[in-house]
Amino acid sequence: MKLKWTSYPYIVWMAIFIIVPLLLILFFSVTSEDVFRLGEFQFTLDNFKRFMSPIYLKVLGRSITLALQSTAICFLLGYPMAMIISKAEVKKRNAMILLFVVPMWMNFLLRTYAWLTLLGKNGLINYIIKSLGFEPLNLIYNNKAILLGMVYNFLPFMVLPIYSVLIKIDNSLIEAAEDLGASKLEVFTRIILPLSIPGVVSGFTMVFMPAVSTFVISSLLGGGKYMLIGNLVEQQFLWSGDWNFGSAISIVMMIFILISMAIMAKFDEDKKGGSLW
Amino acid sequence: MEKNIIIDLKNVYKKYDDLEVLKNINFYIRKNEFLTLLGPSGCGKTTTLRIIGGFEQPTSGEIIFEGKNIINIPPYERPINTVFQKYALFPHMNVFDNIAFGLKIKKLSKKTIEEKVKNILKMVNLSGFENRSIESLSGGQQQRIAIARALVNEPKVLLLDEPLGALDLKLRKEMQMELKNIQKSLGITFIYVTHDQEEALTMSDTIVVMDSGEIQQIGTPVDIYNEPKNAFVAKFIGESNIIEGIIHEDFVVEFENIMFDCVDRGFEKKEEIDVVIRPEDLIIENFEEAKLKGKVISVTFKGVHYEMLIESDNFLWKVHSTTMAPVNSLVGLSVLPENIHVMKKVR
Amino acid sequence: MVNKQLKRLYTFLIFLFLYAPIIILMIFSFNSSKSRGVWTGFTFKWYIELFKNEEVLTALYYTLLVAVLASIISTIIGTFAAIGIHNMTSFKKRVVLNLNYLPVLNPDIVTAVSLMLLFRFANIDFGFLTMLLAHITFNIPYVILSILPKLKQLNKHLAEAAMDLGATPFYALRKVIIPEIMPGIVTGALIAFTLSIDDFVISFFTTGPQVTNLSITVYSMARRGINPVINALSTLMFLSVLILLIIINKRTSKDVKHRGDFI
Repeated sequence: MKLKWTSYPYIVWMAIFIIVPLLLILFFSVTSEDVFRLGEFQFTLDNFKRFMSPIYLKVLGRSITLALQSTAICFLLGYPMAMIISKAEVKKRNAMILLFVVPMWMNFLLRTYAWLTLLGKNGLINYIIKSLGFEPLNLIYNNKAILLGMVYNFLPFMVLPIYSVLIKIDNSLIEAAEDLGASKLEVFTRIILPLSIPGVVSGFTMVFMPAVSTFVISSLLGGGKYMLIGNLVEQQFLWSGDWNFGSAISIVMMIFILISMAIMAKFDEDKKGGSLW
Repeated sequence: MEKNIIIDLKNVYKKYDDLEVLKNINFYIRKNEFLTLLGPSGCGKTTTLRIIGGFEQPTSGEIIFEGKNIINIPPYERPINTVFQKYALFPHMNVFDNIAFGLKIKKLSKKTIEEKVKNILKMVNLSGFENRSIESLSGGQQQRIAIARALVNEPKVLLLDEPLGALDLKLRKEMQMELKNIQKSLGITFIYVTHDQEEALTMSDTIVVMDSGEIQQIGTPVDIYNEPKNAFVAKFIGESNIIEGIIHEDFVVEFENIMFDCVDRGFEKKEEIDVVIRPEDLIIENFEEAKLKGKVISVTFKGVHYEMLIESDNFLWKVHSTTMAPVNSLVGLSVLPENIHVMKKVR
Repeated sequence: MVNKQLKRLYTFLIFLFLYAPIIILMIFSFNSSKSRGVWTGFTFKWYIELFKNEEVLTALYYTLLVAVLASIISTIIGTFAAIGIHNMTSFKKRVVLNLNYLPVLNPDIVTAVSLMLLFRFANIDFGFLTMLLAHITFNIPYVILSILPKLKQLNKHLAEAAMDLGATPFYALRKVIIPEIMPGIVTGALIAFTLSIDDFVISFFTTGPQVTNLSITVYSMARRGINPVINALSTLMFLSVLILLIIINKRTSKDVKHRGDFI
């Protein structure tokens, strides 16, 4: 009586469009030359070896550093925000969360583009600075701009999971702690913070992953000067045509993300992490 | 073979992975009978019911329905309908559409359907409820709609899977009576599953007591209550005192080092057996003259009777009596021979 | 611990941070000069130019077409998939679900290039078809994610009750199960639609010449420099997403009241 067969079309779809492509990436990463064209190939780890050279490792390092920095900033800014919203009364906090979510659903590119207008040499911020009599700042096409873009784009992804875990904390736990003599600070550090860890882990994951793999933000706000690992992949696939190397880089990215996810999963063993919906 | 049999289960065996859920189930159901499968959770009664309904397949065995093996017939082709434990009413349809569901599939005319629904609602005392939504109904009302939905299809057999479990006590007792009346007036075979022995005793023509996938005893309520075949049945149905004893010869049994006349025979001489005596069958006697003596440990007033725990040399007897003996008093106990039930020891 | 004023200020600053860029974008879409700093006067001309811009209009057309088709197809496949997965035994279910969530968990650029390789391997020309297939692929997991919880909430005996009353499995599916999970299906479709409209990375890698979508157009225009036409576009897109979001929110809160559970 079980209607299992209804999923078979999708399983076929998954095999074609999810499994095969990933296998292809794997295959390309360990071969050289365009397999299709030449019809012959040999297995090699050259692509990976090439990635290990300083230039590329620097790129990886930069991506990870920026991703970590943006995750940290999102956390520092986002946790208090989540707390404030969670403490508001139900109607108000639903409205606040909705307001938080709205920019998230706005087109990613437009959100990033918005900063182009603000940060440029002739942009609004510099205009205000200039009219106040100061020297214009170099706000765009550098690391800081990319960082800003990341934080701007990913902040809601940090706030939402933390918020959804915070509101589920049973109020009687806090009352019990206060009843037993804990100060507000102690209630926070000993009750609220530990209980919110699953949400924090979720938030970290949802910020770090896209941050480390982005290429749009660095492309638009970095002006092409700051290559992150995402840009590297784009370059290999769309400009250099070296799909083997590009695949190798993708594999490195995936392994790296799998490792980070495994680490995060260790912190959230109960799978209580808040989700987006 | 009785001509009256409507369903016959032959050697039904069911295994889930390594777990044997049903071991060698054999019994038959007569037409127009109210038969109850009774047992504790996990005994296999619901699995048996679901196999009859077609929602599960036995690992081996046959289900003979009016002479034909229906094992391979899907539920939607069996002339059997089910009342599910949590009613399983379709939430997005109103009462009328729920009840009419099966009739629409049979492609009956609109007029016929309307009439049938009206009549069945009358039978379950819910006339006028056609347009109500399911969520607006109370538990008892949902219960009756579930029954109506099944019965309106005029099945030959109705399966009921612990349908009264979610109702409060008073409502449950009312519904037990109603169900029994419906069954009698419609003349449909009911196969009922419950773990509540009182319910089974009240409603059934025949009870099949099950435990751990095996049938323990089949009989009428009176038979099962008065003559439990083994310790399990005795413990499960009604309350009992079960004490070890020896049956010396036909009609003579010894327990508590005292000889008693009884009405059981057919055992081996000096066979070790279990004796079952119901609490209400023990009579409080004068201490001096009684064969069996003891001291009252506790007394609880239960309304209908007093429940007393009386400690004898070897045993703690549970006694239900309208005579009250105070705590710490010394009393005697006696029992009529026909109320001493001798059972074979289990393993 | 922290006084109310401080909280209010902090909240205000954060929301300012979130909305200022968007609001400024919208304001300057009405600015009569191209300058990003100076306000020279109110005008609708950028909006008019927007609607005359071939590039943007074609992109809009393809964006909507792909989004509608992809959300419909992915909802259909996803609904059947969710029902099948729901009925699976736990081992198979876990495997299938983990595979299903790969496009969600993988960085979109990896999903994008892997699909690119696939299409090349299969010798399919890049264009509308490849973009559509890619969109369907990344939409389905979200559809399934929306429907599975609804299936879990469903009384597992409903389908059996329907069959007990004479319905074939397919009839039961059509008349009982699908109406019951319809809220999940609709939400899934809406999410798929929104994701498709918004997508950039995957479309970027899987589309071909002539076929483009709004995000790609914005990207190429932005790389060329500031263009107030983009501002006008942003304003319109922002407003439409806002409306869409309000609809989704109304639906889920109706659902919450209906089911009495907690989102």
